[in-house]
Amino acid sequence: MDFSFLFSNFFELSITGLVLGSVYALVALGYTLVYGVLQLINFAHADVFMWGTFVVAWVFILTGASGSTTLLGAAPYLLIALVAAASASGGLAMLVERIAYRRLVRKRALSYIILISAIGASFVLSETMGIRDKVVALIDGIINAVVGLFGGHIDIVGWLSDYTSRARGVTTLPLTIKPQVVFSAGNFSVRDTDLTIILAALIMMIGLDQFIRRTRLGREIRAVAQDPEAAALMGSNSTSVVSKTFLIGGIMAGVAAVLYQIKVGATTFDLGVVLGIKAFTAAVLGGIGNLRGALLGGLLLGVVENYGSALFGTQWKDVVAFLLLVLILLVRPTGLLGQTLGRARA
Amino acid sequence: MNHFARTAGDWISDRWATVGDRVSDVVGKRPVKIPLIIVGVALVYLLPILNLPIIATPESDFPTVLFTVTVYAIVAVGLNIVTGYAGLLDLGYVGFYATGAYVIGLLTAYHFAWPFLLVLPIAMLITLVTGVLLGAPTLRVRGDYLAIVTMGFGELIRITIRNTAWLGGTSGIKSIPAPQGIGDKSTGVFQIPHLDWSTGTPLVDLNRQTKFLVFGVLDATPYFWLALTALIVIIVIERLVKRGRVGRMWEATREDEDAAEIMGVPTFKFKLLAFASGAFIGGLAGALFASKAGYINPISFPANLSMLFVAAVVIGGSGNRWGAIIGAIIVAYLPERFRQLEDWRLLFFGIALVAIVSFRPQGLFPPGNRARAQRAARRAARDAQREVPVV
Repeated sequence: MDFSFLFSNFFELSITGLVLGSVYALVALGYTLVYGVLQLINFAHADVFMWGTFVVAWVFILTGASGSTTLLGAAPYLLIALVAAASASGGLAMLVERIAYRRLVRKRALSYIILISAIGASFVLSETMGIRDKVVALIDGIINAVVGLFGGHIDIVGWLSDYTSRARGVTTLPLTIKPQVVFSAGNFSVRDTDLTIILAALIMMIGLDQFIRRTRLGREIRAVAQDPEAAALMGSNSTSVVSKTFLIGGIMAGVAAVLYQIKVGATTFDLGVVLGIKAFTAAVLGGIGNLRGALLGGLLLGVVENYGSALFGTQWKDVVAFLLLVLILLVRPTGLLGQTLGRARA
Repeated sequence: MNHFARTAGDWISDRWATVGDRVSDVVGKRPVKIPLIIVGVALVYLLPILNLPIIATPESDFPTVLFTVTVYAIVAVGLNIVTGYAGLLDLGYVGFYATGAYVIGLLTAYHFAWPFLLVLPIAMLITLVTGVLLGAPTLRVRGDYLAIVTMGFGELIRITIRNTAWLGGTSGIKSIPAPQGIGDKSTGVFQIPHLDWSTGTPLVDLNRQTKFLVFGVLDATPYFWLALTALIVIIVIERLVKRGRVGRMWEATREDEDAAEIMGVPTFKFKLLAFASGAFIGGLAGALFASKAGYINPISFPANLSMLFVAAVVIGGSGNRWGAIIGAIIVAYLPERFRQLEDWRLLFFGIALVAIVSFRPQGLFPPGNRARAQRAARRAARDAQREVPVV
């Protein structure tokens, strides 16, 4: 155990921990919202996030971004990517709800049956990304079989080759974002990317918190979380509320995907497994079903994980989250702030 | 459409049940049953020798495929105890599979050179202990949370192996020796020629003979026999346990944990027992896998594999050992038979999971008592509908 490294780099580790923690927190929202409304684990959520990270990369390829630039220089691309990733993830999340959840929820199936369905959906999402070259080749084959009847040929595989290459490998952003040091003191420095990520996550969280508190849809979500039947009697359509809850979670995952790409700049199709466990840990740590809990849990997990990897070596980083999860579930299963989306605290 | 699909499904399953009842009326008589089972088992043992067309896999070595399918079947029987009988969704089963494989690797090749048959029970015992150690703290957690925690443990085991040089680290363990055979290495006790169907009629292929009982890289048939024997032993033991008091305790715990506890079932103890038995069997499967593969590294045990195991049990019919075995055959055999679909297999089983759970949540072959209960409930509902007095 390397305590001296931990202490000498304490602030540096805290900042980078907060950055990763912001991403965890935004993804954790998807778990917490759905758990609050349905008392079910949204297992496919991490893969919705993974799709978001790919959409960001594709936007960069499509707009022809390349080389390396500062955060400000990349801002136009990032804004387009933000819109694209948020709508893609939001749409996908709604699709997951429609296909993997709605029918079973209506039938009041056992929660572990629905979990298996969600696992299936998560498989489908990650594998379509993992064999996207073959999926495109298949579509190409089908379309050209039809077009071929009229003597034409459409080279879909060729068009999309930039997006489908290395389907099972790492896809990196074609544009490198160079972090600029905003201020530094001693051996620690704060970079503009880190600040942006933390600030953006905070703004999103506060915005969502206010949205759930003050708007009509927010009130409906809270009502369904508290008592779906009473909410239905009061005239809210719980199916559409659930669907919109998935949408909100998906949008947050899309935003998280952009922030993740600013920080990491690379993604793989199986990103969801580990990130999903971590974001879920963050949600449980703060108290699942509790929005502010997700923020607290995410930031805390990011920081603790960083300290842990400083102490035991980076190769043990992922273990910290798992152990923390087991520990919370054993000691305080309701999390730090308690589980409530229905209560006023949400 | 939906309504039609449901009634058609009911009709088919009712029909099947009647046919099944009639068949079991004839076959179920003991004097008929026992010889039939013996013939059936012998046929399965002879599968790699017979090399039947259609069933045989043209694009990959058939005995190897049979071996893999059998290992998956062992895994499915083990996971069925945890998930099917005790109702604990285990998403980290690959951890036990890896533990079994690594004990074999460490004790027969990496640190010592002990014989396989000595290490096999050690591997199973160590996996059992791992199961108890992981289960004791986590099984107090219920339902969905347990699923995530077990998934975390599956990853934990993989990461620990990857980061520990003593366990082989990232590069894994190479040249794990084959089990000790019987008879001379070059000839065996006797040799059995395989059949060759390439001309349309069965011919005895003298160039391809299985040496009894020499384990080697060239011929996977002895490995298949070993795994099949292990599977049969496991099924016999599991059947005894399931039919007794323990099996009923597991089912009571699965159906309603609180009610079971009130009726005096020490649910935690029995959940731990199910978890440990599952681990024990998973360790056996992993050990067999390692001795056949000869080379293992952490990449051989991804989190996906756990999902595939769960898919096998759920698709086949969780709670019914034969259903789970059929699920394992579907998951392991179909992609090998239709090799061009290999890359699509995870995607396909993802879709299959969603579809099965939505339209037939009990799986393709649900346990008999549950299917009977469902049929009875449907019949009662139908009768009740008929008896509504006209006002």
